[in-house]
Amino acid sequence: MGVILILAPISVLIGLSGLGAFWWTLRSGQYEDPAGDAARILIEDSDDLIS
Amino acid sequence: MALTLNPGRAPDLSAFLKRAEGGPSRLDLLVKGARCAACMSKIEKTVGDLPDVAAARLNLTEGRLSVRFATSEGDAGRVIATLEGLGYPATPYDPAQAVAAHDKESRRLILAMAVAGFGAGNAMMFSVPVWAGLFGQELGPATRTMMLWLSAIVATPCAIYAGLPFFESAWRSLKAGRANMDVPISIGVILTLFISFVETLLRGRDAYFDAAVSLLFLLLIGRWLDHRLRARARSAAADLLALQAPAASVLGTDGVERIKPLSEVAVGERVLVRPGERIPVDGFVEDGVSELDNALLTGETASVPVRPGDTCRAGAVNLSGPLRLLAIARSEDSAVAAIARLVEAGAQTKSLYVRLADRAAAVYVPVIHSLAALTFAGGLALGLGPREALLRAAALLIITCPCALGLAVPAVQITASSRLFRKGILVKSGAALERLAEVDHVVFDKTGVLTEGRPRLIDAPAAAIAMAAPLARASAHPLARALAAEAGPGVRAVDVVETAGQGVEGVIAGRRARLGRAGFVGLEGRAGSETELWFAFDGDTRIRFAFSDQLRPDAAETIAALRRQGLTVEILSGDLAGPVARAAATLGVGDWRAGLTPEQKAAAIDELAAQGRKVLMVGDGLNDTAALARAHAAMAPGTALDASQNAADLVFSGAGLGAVPEAIHVASAARHRALENFGFSALYNVAAAPMAMLGLVNPLVAALAMSGSSLIVTLNALRMHGEGRR
Repeated sequence: MGVILILAPISVLIGLSGLGAFWWTLRSGQYEDPAGDAARILIEDSDDLIS
Repeated sequence: MALTLNPGRAPDLSAFLKRAEGGPSRLDLLVKGARCAACMSKIEKTVGDLPDVAAARLNLTEGRLSVRFATSEGDAGRVIATLEGLGYPATPYDPAQAVAAHDKESRRLILAMAVAGFGAGNAMMFSVPVWAGLFGQELGPATRTMMLWLSAIVATPCAIYAGLPFFESAWRSLKAGRANMDVPISIGVILTLFISFVETLLRGRDAYFDAAVSLLFLLLIGRWLDHRLRARARSAAADLLALQAPAASVLGTDGVERIKPLSEVAVGERVLVRPGERIPVDGFVEDGVSELDNALLTGETASVPVRPGDTCRAGAVNLSGPLRLLAIARSEDSAVAAIARLVEAGAQTKSLYVRLADRAAAVYVPVIHSLAALTFAGGLALGLGPREALLRAAALLIITCPCALGLAVPAVQITASSRLFRKGILVKSGAALERLAEVDHVVFDKTGVLTEGRPRLIDAPAAAIAMAAPLARASAHPLARALAAEAGPGVRAVDVVETAGQGVEGVIAGRRARLGRAGFVGLEGRAGSETELWFAFDGDTRIRFAFSDQLRPDAAETIAALRRQGLTVEILSGDLAGPVARAAATLGVGDWRAGLTPEQKAAAIDELAAQGRKVLMVGDGLNDTAALARAHAAMAPGTALDASQNAADLVFSGAGLGAVPEAIHVASAARHRALENFGFSALYNVAAAPMAMLGLVNPLVAALAMSGSSLIVTLNALRMHGEGRR
């Protein structure tokens, strides 16, 4: 029974970290230009790459 | 003498640069036509490589390019010229303060929704063992109380944070002496939390922590959808307006031409207007001869000649020659602004419209709250004890929660408007759809709505067209271009001299010829009801070309479709009686009025409203804006003037007039779905309320019933989406 006292806070912490991650994505503007982000992956910026 | 413009010198656009204190300056541009990764990398690379540009980043979703310069001075004109060279027309715009504030609100709602989602999920994790205990499985009272406390620790802070938007709105509406939907929501959430704490302290088992948070979660989804709908429409509308470039070329005392935002043009400044541009402010013509197209201003199709000393009204389009104007009014005081004030008055009457959900709330709130009070009082009277009586009252408030009501309308409206969006129809708000669904009478403007808004040659012999075509090809005048378009490609006249406002003269196959107004070819004192051109070889007979503004190809079909939907149709135009009567006869519309001023149009709409008609106004001109704002619902084509697009509820682009019956059809289907959802919610509440009053509801039943009803409402709304695909 005592295991609940350990597992319950852990599960809440995991949930909280998910919430925190979402908050971070929101703050860093990752939803501002979905079409642009999808397209940006196709651009080859040759100067930064290992040749 | 003719006024000339120096195309080599780029106008100064520095008024659009945004300078941080001492830091580098920034420029925001709307870029048209960028669609793919290749466009994006080309734009960012080329602009980023300009000498004084530090960085350029394109937002592909919104088509906005943000340029950061290396220093506090930047050459905005060169950036725009570079983009134009790449094939992407760009316009500077001011990311208005309102947009930023709006974005903050949206972010707050999303965060509240995320917190509520987290709270609901995690609180429910502790509730599940308690629910299991409800069916007599082994769960000791100590464990149960511990689970409830854990649930409380997770749910309470989440409920308080996620509930804030509702609490604030409820408080505002109570202060104003009204009760909106947020009042019962707030009371329900606070009471539920309170009762649950009491139950937990008393070691009872009916605690509703998870229900309070999941209620907020579901409601926030509805709230966010509604918000998104308005935000998307607003930003799309802002783009349309920015593309019309509310800017003017002002000639400084030093002779340098600067582009200024419209609001900064002062009285007494000299403004340059090139052919094809719109007159930015009211002014006297100082130099230059041209013709003005007042179609958007008054609805007249015939153009008006102007010469030095004449007055031009803001909003007219300069057709043939460059003009230099002396501004006699600021932008706010220009002819346009007088109409804008009429629009504002109309917008106020529209804000009095009560939305469907609020109408439902007005019935729902008193009924549910008196039932809850009755349950409590009745429970006491029947000897249940205060704790059980209060529990039943709280259960009633929770289970009849307006989740379904909160989701019913926004879910339907967002699916309806995205369906219309795919067809090129932009819906500005959910309320607009609701109003559109109630429409029973459609009023059309003629010029630019029923007609294409540009002249086309009517019945001229092919031989005459071929004779005049070489001269027409050499002119930039709209009528000449219409003639040239009819003739197709071919030879051009030589030695061409264009006299602005009169016509063109040139040599065709060795013979001197003239094309222009009647007076230009030597005919005096003739005025046709339509716009016309005359052509003559030197000393030969004169040939007359008549032009008329052609009806849109789908105009007749549209009017027939509207009639099939049971709507009556009327034409209100500012144009002369002749063209309006002809258009009405062709379309089979018996009800028409011509020669109306903007005030008369607005009055006609008011008159119809006074008769109890719900009017949809479809118009594009400045002379329609007041009427658009007064009408029960309003639509404007994407080619309309910015003021008209502002006043309209829906803007349709490209799709043609067929957008009108389509939008009405979708709006009434949306209304139908929303009412279905209300009906379902009412039915559900009629079943749930007695159960709660009889004490049959426990936390598990409440959680199932709540999410179940919300799910059904949402699925019903999504049926709208499917219909669009068919």
